[in-house]
Amino acid sequence: MSTVLEQAPAGASEAPQEEKTNRKIAIICSKGSLDMAYPGLILANAARMMGIDAVLFFTFWGMDVINKKKADKLHAGMLGNPSSPMPHALMGLPGMEGFATKMMKKKMDEMDIPPVSEMLEILDDAGAELYACQMAMEMFDLDQEDLVPQVHEVITAMDFYDKSDGAQIIFI
Amino acid sequence: MTTLADVQLDADGFLANADDWTPEIAEAFAKEAEIQLTDRHWEVINFCRKDFAEKGTAPTVRRITKVAGVPTKEMYQLFPGGPGILASRISGLPKPKGCI
Repeated sequence: MSTVLEQAPAGASEAPQEEKTNRKIAIICSKGSLDMAYPGLILANAARMMGIDAVLFFTFWGMDVINKKKADKLHAGMLGNPSSPMPHALMGLPGMEGFATKMMKKKMDEMDIPPVSEMLEILDDAGAELYACQMAMEMFDLDQEDLVPQVHEVITAMDFYDKSDGAQIIFI
Repeated sequence: MTTLADVQLDADGFLANADDWTPEIAEAFAKEAEIQLTDRHWEVINFCRKDFAEKGTAPTVRRITKVAGVPTKEMYQLFPGGPGILASRISGLPKPKGCI
């Protein structure tokens, strides 16, 4: 390495040509509530908008995010959340979770944040790679046809490490 | 003829003053990103500049896809290094503020 540096012309103004390896992130999405689904989707999309490669790995409750029937019906998880704007005693009452979900969706709609299914389409169009966890598929008795078409492949945890080689990994 | 050396850039490498922009500046930014500007690029650039003049903020990728009607997929083909950054930079605008 030092030899290479010595060979560089003295006083060269240009930085040495870096090998072009793209920055990459891998996001593990393990939660299925509305408020935990979006951070992963938004971060992955932001990465792609900046030209950063993005891999998303959905596992456990995160499977709901890529489940055709559930993607646009995720609920805001307010119970057990200390930041919940409503008292917990009330949150447990019937209909309250639905109300909180409705309020959150309304706000997101005003901000022009796309629904989950559309976010997944945008991510696919943007070149992000979406993968589902094989073990979670078996645990929840899911088939590939239960998933949105943007999911590239069902993979194992070890496959995930291959796909995320060189990436910064974010667990949500 | 203006070049990138004649204009001031902000910390993110965007034009510090949108009024300094000229088509040559767009070409220079594009060259830096290894992009050959086509008519379709110019449609995006013209939309971005017009939208910035009207709204005062650089349009996000989502806004470009929805309002200018350039599909997401195409945006990534036009600006492979990242449309969120490059559409604005080439158009001489600041970094977009939105997350989508």
